[in-house]
Amino acid sequence: MEFLYSLFSFFYQFGDAFAFLVLSACGLAVIFGMMGVINLAHGEFILCGAYVSTSATHMGVPLPIAIALGSLAAGIAGMIVEVVVIRPLYKRPLDTIVATWGISMIVTQGTLIVLGTTMAGSGTPFGSFTVGDYSYSIYRIVLVVMALATLAALWLMFTKTRFGILARATIQVPHVAEALGVNTNLIYSLTFGLGAALAGLAGGLYAPTMTLVPTMGAAFMVEAFVTVVVGGADIFLGTAPAAVVLGFIKASLTSWQGQLAGQIGMLIAVIIVIRILPRGISGKILKERA
Amino acid sequence: MTRKLISTASVLATLLSFAGPVMAQDAEPIKIGVLEDQSGDFALATIGKVHGIQLATKEINDAGGIAGRPIELVTYDTQSDNTRYQEFMRRVLQRDKVDVVFAGFSSASREAYRPIVNQFDGLAFYNNQYEGGVCDANMIVTGAVPEQQFSTLIPYMMEKYGKNVYTIAADYNFGQISAEWVRNIVKDNGGEMVGEEFIPLGVSQFSQTIQNIQAAKPDFVVTLLVGTAQSSYYEQAGSANVDLPMASSVNVGQGYEHKRFTPPSLKDMYATVNYVEEIDTPESKAFVEKFHAMFPDEPYINQEAENSYAAVYLYKEMVEKAGGSTALEDVRATLADGNLCYDAPEGEMCIDPKSQHTSHTIYLAHVLEDHSIEFPKKWDDIKPYWLGDVGCDLTQNDPSDQYTPSHLPTE
Repeated sequence: MEFLYSLFSFFYQFGDAFAFLVLSACGLAVIFGMMGVINLAHGEFILCGAYVSTSATHMGVPLPIAIALGSLAAGIAGMIVEVVVIRPLYKRPLDTIVATWGISMIVTQGTLIVLGTTMAGSGTPFGSFTVGDYSYSIYRIVLVVMALATLAALWLMFTKTRFGILARATIQVPHVAEALGVNTNLIYSLTFGLGAALAGLAGGLYAPTMTLVPTMGAAFMVEAFVTVVVGGADIFLGTAPAAVVLGFIKASLTSWQGQLAGQIGMLIAVIIVIRILPRGISGKILKERA
Repeated sequence: MTRKLISTASVLATLLSFAGPVMAQDAEPIKIGVLEDQSGDFALATIGKVHGIQLATKEINDAGGIAGRPIELVTYDTQSDNTRYQEFMRRVLQRDKVDVVFAGFSSASREAYRPIVNQFDGLAFYNNQYEGGVCDANMIVTGAVPEQQFSTLIPYMMEKYGKNVYTIAADYNFGQISAEWVRNIVKDNGGEMVGEEFIPLGVSQFSQTIQNIQAAKPDFVVTLLVGTAQSSYYEQAGSANVDLPMASSVNVGQGYEHKRFTPPSLKDMYATVNYVEEIDTPESKAFVEKFHAMFPDEPYINQEAENSYAAVYLYKEMVEKAGGSTALEDVRATLADGNLCYDAPEGEMCIDPKSQHTSHTIYLAHVLEDHSIEFPKKWDDIKPYWLGDVGCDLTQNDPSDQYTPSHLPTE
């Protein structure tokens, strides 16, 4: 019985780390992995989702709808940013670093000036349960389920819907897609908006469990970038397996030697992976398939 | 760009604060450099410090200034970034030629700027609680130190809840040295450290840490968490129903976690503070009222805001006692008899000449289930005795060092 308790506890911790990596990284996987825009404002889309969803909760909106609103708001913000700032920069990926970094600073400082240093949290729903000696938060299980659901929904969207096929076509060979009558500008906007909305979703989902401050997006950035870099360009063949590997390493090392070891271990794993697989996990898989 | 905006804004704010009735002072102003984090990870706990300084400045200027000279604030936003502290410390001392600097939140930032203050032989006030031990003639510390916060808190907790202690602390000089203090006090009182974990700054996910704590079965947890990312611990521990009493020298009194998180996640948190806005004395109430009159949107008045406010008055006292001189040796000479005191909102604060640290009234703040605060205990006039006891005597020599229980002055 003791063994089963430990096993459950390990799976809970692994799932928790996995969910954080997947949800942090999904939006970035679309914007950076697929579209090639090095988006340093990723954390600020997360911030947008968190602040909008929490404000909605404070106004009495039920949490699931509030999270959807947060995600929607981030998506709309993303589309505006795409049209105004990113569009002229698709051929200049390094310049996107500077532009998105600027957006990130403007949003962080703007939030601080307009909304103050902090926003009251909405509190984590659902309470806790006990297995053996340990008590766990039910909401963390919800986060794992949401991470898996997000991956499934994205897979369906990119493989089964017309938008998904057009998006992939536009990003792979824009000129041919355009010649065939696809409104590529619109597709770029929508894809960027989708990435921002996924970031907003992460913000909305994690908002009840975290401190709401203008700099909160920074807490997601390292995890998001390492997952996407390790994963490579493809969300399903890249981001998901990368989150499994990194989540496993992080959870095991953290339970063995604490947070510092978990962080170090995760970053060492990243260094090793990009040394062996420069195009990430999905690059390796896709190359072999081709 | 951001920095420019901020400094323009603070210059404007400073100018406005001078627009009071007493404009007649033609005397050369006394310049106070203010280097505090008004943006970045620490801004939440430190914007109130700037406001405390602005409030005291306005009051003093309205009443005729320091020895007839008005105070002029030179404020920069250090952005929670240690290199900014170094940059701006050089700027205020070299270019702005301020008489005194009020600077610093994190101990890392203090240690980053301290050599620069030494180099230019300036005077800096560090208005923040910290891990103690700075023995430096160029520094005056108005914040509380471990002998004031831990020597009171830890024995109380061990008596009330038990002898098995688990510490989680921010992984930098503040957390490491504070944890060493906790470890020593627990051992001296016959307790046991059942666990200790140092958390890198910026970590926001605590699931595994929470489980490690539950596995060790402590009687209470000492939380020395710093920065807004780390304070997510409380919400996550609350939702996992950890339900262990907590003790802290930094939380509540600094980051007002009890106001930011939903009850009951901070239930049974005990913090030793030298001030929080809930303190129910006439002096404290008057202070809160004055503060809110000038800054109606202030979310919370923490102990560092009060320290910063009191520091301006302590400095005024020093300069006036020195006959209006702001020269370092003259203002330091006024400390010699140990009678340099100020009636702060918390009670009387006096600067100890040996260590240039400040005596405090220490309140034990206990967070209840609905996140209101009661004060089960209060210690009057706790002196910053430790540095003097281990041999730091700034009236004799100036080692400009930081001592810890495992790094003591050599004879």
